[in-house]
Amino acid sequence: MGRYDFFGYRRENGRVGIRNHVVILPLDDLSNAASEAVANNIKGTLALPHSYGRLQFGEDLELFFRTLIGIGSNPNVAACVVIGIEPLWTAHIVDGIRQTGKPAAGFSIEENGDISTIASASRTAREFMQWASERRREMCTIEDLFVSTKCGESDTTSGLASCPTVGNLIDKLDPLGVTTCFGETSELTGAEAVCASRAATPEVRDKFMQAFNAYQEVINRHKTSDLSDSQPTKGNIKGGLTTIEEKAFGNLQKIGRKTKYIEVLKPAEAPNRGPGLYYMDTSSAAAECITLQSAAGFVVHLFPTGQGNVIGNPIEPVIKLTANPRTAREMAEHIDLDVSAILRREMTLDQAGDQLIEVMLRTCNGRLTAAEVLGHREYVMTKLYRSA
Amino acid sequence: MPTDFIVHDKADTVGVAVVEDIQPNKRLTGWVMETDETITITALDAVPLGHKIALGDIRNGDTVLKYGYDVGRAVADIPKGRHVHVHNLKTKRW
Repeated sequence: MGRYDFFGYRRENGRVGIRNHVVILPLDDLSNAASEAVANNIKGTLALPHSYGRLQFGEDLELFFRTLIGIGSNPNVAACVVIGIEPLWTAHIVDGIRQTGKPAAGFSIEENGDISTIASASRTAREFMQWASERRREMCTIEDLFVSTKCGESDTTSGLASCPTVGNLIDKLDPLGVTTCFGETSELTGAEAVCASRAATPEVRDKFMQAFNAYQEVINRHKTSDLSDSQPTKGNIKGGLTTIEEKAFGNLQKIGRKTKYIEVLKPAEAPNRGPGLYYMDTSSAAAECITLQSAAGFVVHLFPTGQGNVIGNPIEPVIKLTANPRTAREMAEHIDLDVSAILRREMTLDQAGDQLIEVMLRTCNGRLTAAEVLGHREYVMTKLYRSA
Repeated sequence: MPTDFIVHDKADTVGVAVVEDIQPNKRLTGWVMETDETITITALDAVPLGHKIALGDIRNGDTVLKYGYDVGRAVADIPKGRHVHVHNLKTKRW
């Protein structure tokens, strides 16, 4: 067994998951109740209620469909039941998920009512759950692994140590063929030129700057102040971060010192150029960003925090690390890796990176994260504009 | 020797407190990560964990450097050893 091998679930399309969920996916807000009822009937299944799916249009609708199909297609999901109010959009999501080859079935509520729909969907969910329970983990290599990262409730210790620890992991594993992803477009403000210089080609660099400038336009169009009430957040400021520029340079430490990103992804877009580091155009709000990354097929997440963000995700395990000794002490139950010894010069960045690799591989092998055992399942769709 | 503050880059004009007990007139030891140098300054203010301290005299309007890069503009004169935060440093963006 190689140093970076792990045991995962190889799915029908060859992609590898580290969890084995059977998901009950509501297409729209109206289908949340039936989905939750099915998940209550069939133990071990997971309903993912949300607020959207009605009267969306254009690019926003495309993003919504991409997100839902992506969540169902994620290799951490073994099989998927979709419930929607109307049959056509429900079938669209089911067809999209079936492209992976995994079991997926759709049920619509119109002409049936909740109770009959719940009964039919529960019977299928029972079959899926028992089938999934017999899937077995097999040995996989680092080339099978898709890792995303995003930081939150950052403070200056994030830029000093916890974000560079993620960067150290990426610099070590990128040459071995891992697929990784960072995002947070607005939180690169001030460091955008440095971020642009890390693109692998001039074309990728131009695509990054287009995405960055488009997000700046959104902010300039909607802002009512200099955003100092929002970016940095009150938690960031309490932790010593003063300006968005300072926060951005800390954030960018997550991509290491030498790894270049090979493509710019739309929100929730799956990587399409093979192994390597990808930049995704996302919001900097933690749940929105991780939901988009999980919809793009990333199976494990690395989340540096300073002041102590408690976030998790329903299908993509979130590993939290901190370099803030007070957070490590006072919020210990939320922290999977404490790298505060870097600040005392009792641990090197290289050692911290190795420890993070170890924690990540243990998580891939099945060890539950702090967020999983505490029940954190933050799941937030990105909505681009009002519905029609 | 215990490290009271850390500096990312030799060019930086601020360092970050990494201990929880910086009080006025305390003599502080700092580590410059880029060059692995040790420097010392005297604190003029109480500086909480994670907050910044001026490494030299910064004048009103000066660009403040951290990570070797521009992280904003001083909006007051900041003497060496003072706490640097939202009261004397502002973004240049948005």
